[in-house]
Amino acid sequence: MLESIKNWASDFFVTGDPLIYGADAAIIITLVAIVFVLTYFKKWGWLWRNWLTTVDHKKVGIMYILSAFLMMFRGGVDALLMRTQLAMPELQFLQPDHYNEIFTTHGVIMILFMAMPFMFGLFNVAVPLQLGARDVAYPFMNALSFWLFFAGAMLFNLSFVIGGSPDAGWLAYPPYSELMYNPGVGQDFYIWGIQISGIGSLMTGINFIVTILKLRAPGMKLMKMPMFSWSVLASCIAIIFSFPILTATLALLFLDRYGGAHFFTLDGGGNPMMYINLIWMWGHPEVYIIVLPAFGIFSEVVSTFSRKKLFGYKSMVYAMMIISILSFLVWAHHFFTMGSGANVNAFFALSTMVIAIPTGVKVFNWLFTMFRGRISFESPMLWTTGFIPCFVIGGMTGVLLSVAPADFQYHNSYFLIAHFHQVIIGGVVFGYFAGLYYWWPKLFGFKLNERIGKWAFWFWNIGFYLCFMPQYVLGLDGMTRRLVTYSWDKGWWGLNLVSSIGAGLMGIAFLFQVWQIVHGIKHYRSNMDTTGDPWDGRTLEWSIPSPAPHYNFAVLPQVSDQDEWWEEKQRRQKEGYTAVAPELSPIHMPNNSGIPIMMAGCWFLAGFGFVFHWLWLIIPGLAGVALCMLAHSFNYDTDHYIPVEDIKHTEASLRGAANL
Amino acid sequence: MKEKVIKSLRCLAFLAVLVLLLPALSGCSSIAVLDPKGPIAAQQRDLMFLSTVLCAIVIVPVLILSAVIIWRYRDKADRKAAYTPDWAHSTKLEMIWWGIPIIIILTLAIVTARATYALEPSKPLESKADVKPLTVQVTSLNWKWLFQYPEQGIASVNELKIPQGVPVRFEITADSPMNSFWIPQLGGQIYAMSGMAMTLYLQADETGQYWGSGANFTGTDFAKMFFDVHAVTAEEFTDWVEDVKKDSPTLTLDGYKQLAEPSASEKLTYSSFPEGLFEMTVTKYASSHHHGMSMSGSTEAHGDKPMSSDDSGHGDMLKSGDQSEHGDMRMSGDQLEHGGMSMNEGSAH
Repeated sequence: MLESIKNWASDFFVTGDPLIYGADAAIIITLVAIVFVLTYFKKWGWLWRNWLTTVDHKKVGIMYILSAFLMMFRGGVDALLMRTQLAMPELQFLQPDHYNEIFTTHGVIMILFMAMPFMFGLFNVAVPLQLGARDVAYPFMNALSFWLFFAGAMLFNLSFVIGGSPDAGWLAYPPYSELMYNPGVGQDFYIWGIQISGIGSLMTGINFIVTILKLRAPGMKLMKMPMFSWSVLASCIAIIFSFPILTATLALLFLDRYGGAHFFTLDGGGNPMMYINLIWMWGHPEVYIIVLPAFGIFSEVVSTFSRKKLFGYKSMVYAMMIISILSFLVWAHHFFTMGSGANVNAFFALSTMVIAIPTGVKVFNWLFTMFRGRISFESPMLWTTGFIPCFVIGGMTGVLLSVAPADFQYHNSYFLIAHFHQVIIGGVVFGYFAGLYYWWPKLFGFKLNERIGKWAFWFWNIGFYLCFMPQYVLGLDGMTRRLVTYSWDKGWWGLNLVSSIGAGLMGIAFLFQVWQIVHGIKHYRSNMDTTGDPWDGRTLEWSIPSPAPHYNFAVLPQVSDQDEWWEEKQRRQKEGYTAVAPELSPIHMPNNSGIPIMMAGCWFLAGFGFVFHWLWLIIPGLAGVALCMLAHSFNYDTDHYIPVEDIKHTEASLRGAANL
Repeated sequence: MKEKVIKSLRCLAFLAVLVLLLPALSGCSSIAVLDPKGPIAAQQRDLMFLSTVLCAIVIVPVLILSAVIIWRYRDKADRKAAYTPDWAHSTKLEMIWWGIPIIIILTLAIVTARATYALEPSKPLESKADVKPLTVQVTSLNWKWLFQYPEQGIASVNELKIPQGVPVRFEITADSPMNSFWIPQLGGQIYAMSGMAMTLYLQADETGQYWGSGANFTGTDFAKMFFDVHAVTAEEFTDWVEDVKKDSPTLTLDGYKQLAEPSASEKLTYSSFPEGLFEMTVTKYASSHHHGMSMSGSTEAHGDKPMSSDDSGHGDMLKSGDQSEHGDMRMSGDQLEHGGMSMNEGSAH
C-alpha cells in the first residue's frame, strides 16, 4: 500500500532535479506566507470583495498586469537558465530533457501568459477611459476572461512540479507532440492550459470590439478616436479571426492524443503539415495581435511627450488595418523550407515583405510627430525612443528572413531567434512598458521614481543588444535553435558568452523595475498625482482624477476633436471661457460577482482531470462550469445605480471640493 | 538630466552600430553562411547581401533621422528649434514615405521571386563538365543521420563524403519526428519528413571538411545530430567507396531497426544495405492506411516522383513491427501513463 502510494507520488510529482525541489519549496513558502498575511491582517474579505469578485475593468486590468509580471519572472528565469547552460560549450548544467522543457515553457509563457495578459491589462486600463466610457461592454464577461486566463496559466505552470512540463517546443509540432513520441502529461498540460485561457482571449477580443464600436462618448466618431483604441480594435479583429483556429487545432491534437484520432499522424491518413499550417494561421496573426497595441501606445506617447498632434493620423489608421489584414496572408513563411514549391514560397515571401511598408510608414509618422515638437524624456518616452532603433533593425531582419531562398539559410537558426526577440522585446515589451509607465499614475494615483526607471531602461537596452546581436552572427555561423549544448570546435563560445551576459543584464533590469514599483508604493505620498493629468495629456483619460473613480466619468464627455482633452485645455485658456457646472445624474453600474472566479476554478479542475485522464474530476469540473452558467443566467440582481450624492462625495474627495 | 539622457542615447546608438558591425570587423570568412563553398550557398549569400543593402537604403536614413530629430527637438530651457504643435499632416511627405518603401519592396520582391524559382531546391544543378549527379539518400533517425549511396551500394552514419565539383542530389526523409537537413557552407536546409522524399541539390566547389546538422528540434539528443561533410576529389571518393565496401559490415534490416532505435551514434559505415530501404522508410508511414495521403501532392510540387505506396512490397517488412509499436502506443493512453511505455519514457520527463 505504502509502496504503491510512493510509486504514484514519484510519478505524479516531478522529482530528481534540485532546481525543481527549490521551486517546490519556494511555491509552498510563498503560499503559506500569502495565507498567513491575509489571515493575520484579516484581509480575506477585502480581497474577495475588492479584487476576486470585481467587475471593474481597471481592477481587472491591474490583475492582468500583475499576473503578467509574475509570468515574466517565470519566463525570465527560464531564459536565464537556458543562457546559463549555453554560456560555455559542453556544460552539464541542464540535462537535455530538462532544457527542452525549459525552452518550451519559456516560449509559451512569454507569448501566451506574459504578452497576452499584459496587453489585455492595458486594454482594460486604458480603452474605456480613452473612449469616455464608464465600463467595457460586458463587464461580467471581462472578469470571466481574466479568470479563465488565470486558470489556464496556472494549469500550465503547474506542469513543472506535477506531472512534467511539455517539451515539444512552443508550437508543439507533431509528430513530436503526438503520443508516440511524447507520452507524458506535459503536452496535455500545454493543450488545456492554452485552451482554457484561449477562451478568455477570444471573449476579450469580442468585448473590446463591442466596447469600441458601441460605447464611445457622444461625438467621438471613429476617425476621432485615440490611436491606442484604434490599435486595440485592429488587434481584437485579428483575435476573433485567429483564436478559433488555435482552439480547433489544439482540440484536434487533443483528439489525437486522447481519443486515438489521426489528424496529424501519417499512419491513419492524417498529416503533420496540416497542424503546422493551422498553428501558423493563428501564430502569425498572433505576433501582430500583440505588437499592434504597442504601436498604439507609442502613438499616444510620442504625441503626448512631443506636445504635438500625432502626425498622419489617417495614415496610421490605414496602416494598422492593413497590417491586421495582411497578417493573415503570411503564415507559410514559417516553413519555406518544407517543400511547398516555388509558387507558394514566392507568394508568401512577397505578402510578408509587403507588411514592411505600412510598418515603415508608422515609424516615419512617429518621427515626424517628434519633428518640431518639444520632446521631454520621462519614462514612457524613454521607452519609445529605445523602441525605434531596436524595432527598425528587427523589422529589417524580418524583411531579410522573408526573402524565401535566403531563408533556407536563416531558418531554424539563431538568426531567427535574434530577429523575433528583437521585434518582440523591442516592439512589444518596450511598448507595454511605455504603456505601463504612461498609465501608472492614472491607475494608482502616484508616479513611479524616474531615476530607478532609467536604470531599468539602460540595463534592459544594453542587455538586449549584448544578448541578441551576437545571436545574429551565431545564426549565420550555423548555430541552430534549441541546441542544449555545442562543442568547442564550433567556435561559438565567445558570442554565446556575451549573449548570456546580456541576458543577465536584462534580468537585473527586471529587478530594477520590481524595486521601482516597491519604492513607488513605499513613497507614494511624495509622488502623488493630484492633477489627474501628470503628463499634460491629450486624450480623455487625463480629464478625470487619478486614480480614476470606479464609475470613470461623473459626466459623460462631449467630444468634438481628435485630441479632445488637449483641445479642451486650449479652450479653457481662451478668454471668455465659462465653465458650466455639469448636471449629475445617477450612474448605472454592474454588480460584483463571484461566478467568474468559481467558473474558472471549475475549468481548472476539469482541465486537470483531462490532463490525467481522471473522469472523476472531469465530470464534476464541467458540471461546475454548467452550474455557474445557470446560476448567472438566473441571477437578476446584476446592476445598481450610484446615487448623485455618492458621486458628488467621491468627486469632491478626489479633486478637492467644487473643482468638478 | 535631459542632457544626460541624450548623451546616454548617443552611447546606445554607438553601441548598437558597433555590435552590428561586429561580424564585418571580425571578418566574414570565419562565418559559415557568409563563407560559401558551393554554388547554392554562394547565391544565397549574394541574395542576403543584396537584400541587406536594399533594406539599408531605408533603415540607415531612418536611424540617422531618429537620432537627429530626438536630439534637435528635445525640450530644454533655451531651445531655438521650431515648435508647431498643430502641424500633423503633409501629403507630400506621406507620399514620400509610402512611396519609397513601396519601390524598395517592389525591387526586393522581383529579386526574391526570381531567386525563389532559380534556387528551388529540387531543381537540378547545371554542371559545366556534364557530370552525372551523385545521389545520396538521407534519413533522419533519432538521433543520427543515415546516408545511403544507392549507386555505390554503401551507407554511412553521421559522416557524409561527396566528390568535389559534382552536383549531389539529396533525397531526404525521416524515420523519426521531422528534422531539417542543413549544411551551412554548401547551402540552405530542407525539412526531413516521414512519408515524404524531399529533394535538395547541393554541390561543393572546393575540397575540404564542412559540417551539417539537424536544424529542427527532435527531442532528447537533438544536439548530437551534427555530422561531418568531407568534399574530396573524385579519386579519393572512389577509394573511400572501395574501402568501405571492403572493410565495413553490412547493414541488415535488423541492423537498421537497431539503428533506428532512439539513441545518438558514432560515425559508422556499411558496405551494403537492404535493397529499397529508403523507399521502404518513405512509404511505411503512408501505406498502413490508404486514406488519400497528401504525400504525392506535396512531392509532386518538387517535380519529384513520389514513391508509390503500391509498389512497396518490402515496405511491409518494416511495417508490421513499426505498427505494433506505434499503433499500440497511440491507443492505450492509460497504459502509457502507468509506465507501460518503453521507447520514449526518458524523453518525456
